[in-house]
Amino acid sequence: MDTGDTAWVLTSAALVLLMTPGLAFFYGGMVRSKSVLNMMMMSLGAMAVVGVLWVLYGYSTAFGADLGGGLLGKPFEFFGLDGLLGADSLFGKIPTTAFVAFQAMFAIITVALISGAIADRARFGPWLLFAGLWATIVYFPVAHWVFDFDGKDEAGNVIDPGGWIANKLLAIDFAGGTAVHINAGAAGLALAIVLGKRVGWPKEPMKPHSLPLVVLGAGLLWFGWFGFNAGSALGANGTAGVTFVNTIVATCAAMLGWLLTERIRDGKATTLGAASGIIAGLVAITPACSAVTPIGAIAIGAITGVLCALAVSLKYRFGFDDSLDVVGVHLVGGLSGTILIGLFASEAAPAKINGLFYGGGFDQLWRQAVGAFAVLGYSFVLSLALGYLVKFTVGFRATEEAEVASIDESEHAERAYEYGSLTSARGVGKPSVAAGASAVLEGSNKS
Amino acid sequence: MKLVTAIIKPFTLDDVKSALEQLGVLGMTVSEVQGYGRQKGHTEVYRGAEYSVDFVPKIKIEVVIDDTAVEKVLEAVVEAARTGKIGDGKVWVTSVDTVVRVRTGERGSDAL
Repeated sequence: MDTGDTAWVLTSAALVLLMTPGLAFFYGGMVRSKSVLNMMMMSLGAMAVVGVLWVLYGYSTAFGADLGGGLLGKPFEFFGLDGLLGADSLFGKIPTTAFVAFQAMFAIITVALISGAIADRARFGPWLLFAGLWATIVYFPVAHWVFDFDGKDEAGNVIDPGGWIANKLLAIDFAGGTAVHINAGAAGLALAIVLGKRVGWPKEPMKPHSLPLVVLGAGLLWFGWFGFNAGSALGANGTAGVTFVNTIVATCAAMLGWLLTERIRDGKATTLGAASGIIAGLVAITPACSAVTPIGAIAIGAITGVLCALAVSLKYRFGFDDSLDVVGVHLVGGLSGTILIGLFASEAAPAKINGLFYGGGFDQLWRQAVGAFAVLGYSFVLSLALGYLVKFTVGFRATEEAEVASIDESEHAERAYEYGSLTSARGVGKPSVAAGASAVLEGSNKS
Repeated sequence: MKLVTAIIKPFTLDDVKSALEQLGVLGMTVSEVQGYGRQKGHTEVYRGAEYSVDFVPKIKIEVVIDDTAVEKVLEAVVEAARTGKIGDGKVWVTSVDTVVRVRTGERGSDAL
């Protein structure tokens, strides 16, 4: 066991956990003031449900012994992390539990990312149900495809086969361009179709209610993303250093690309554009950060920044209400970053593979494309099926009345900002359990 | 007595207020309002989509004055609020039956 590596992976796990509350701020600031809490609760709810499932059978489904074809791990091999707690249980040079913790955060954030597509209108309970189903049927297997590398003995023979994308296809996805971003983006598209448009969309502008919250969220996400990318080196080493630097420059370049596109197309560079450009750059460099030089990272960031800035208006053309641009940023950015590896990969980077522009031919490019579209297709089809399952059993969407009034009020009995001094419902300070709602309202005319 | 109501562009509020102060108008009520007149709203582009903004932000000023001051007040408000461009606003005058000062119970012009 290497103590330095272990310390870095544990730290990275905590950094990646912070991304999900960061996402809650990022998404929460972007919705209207009447649905902030519902938006944030979808991120928190994903933490609650997926965190528990991960320890029960999620880790085992993703990293247990392969059931065949690199498609799925044994779901109950490490049920409840059985057998992984001993001091001799190592994953490479770190304790297996440190790796379990690190990967848990990936599962959580991936599910939380989807929620941006269904802002303002999803009921909380059905969302939790969907989150659990989606993690089980979509994320855990895809994590196995992408993140579970073959276990080999000292002679180099495969003794513990892993997922098909990582080991057979040999597509490069360092930290989850396919498993996290294409996966969540495709699911977001599916759910936007299942739930339908918001009342008033697209005629009403529905501008972000608090851009400072969006910027706070983007900052926390970027900070946490260093754990996501550099932590994926699973060691305190040179690969972590390279991926860390690439996570800086690609993001900066993407922000510039997005702002420039906005300035030319709309006339103004917006704060929302800067924050979105940050996320687009982070998404694109996620799969690529170990495979490209900083120059390649700048190219991938800039291209993706422009591409995503253009992609966010696709929803108006095709008429799907992907409210917070999960498709435009995560699906398009994930595809861009994953496929551009085939062009910009350089032997000088830790992955040691040349892409098309570095004399490597088309070999890596098609591998990247196959990996990207396999995850896209699998996630989209199954997300559509799971979405409709939830819709036609328990119902997914809030009533029109609740949506127009405030989904925060109807789903959570709270408002994000209690500014009004004229209250319509004064209580009498009694517990509501025994008394019931009518007793609480009694005497509200006094004083 | 008359109630003068003026809908003006928000940035002209300071000028209108000092013009009224110079005439000796002792109080006013100001609210932020939204609306449109003949020019209708306008269009805005945000995040790659074009929106029509139907209601434009305006300021509404209300002052109650003596009948004799009406012409001077109208003149002062219009002069201070005019930019010559569309959307400068409207001013109208309505009759007021009576006014009561809550603290003293004074009525009519004495209550102004």
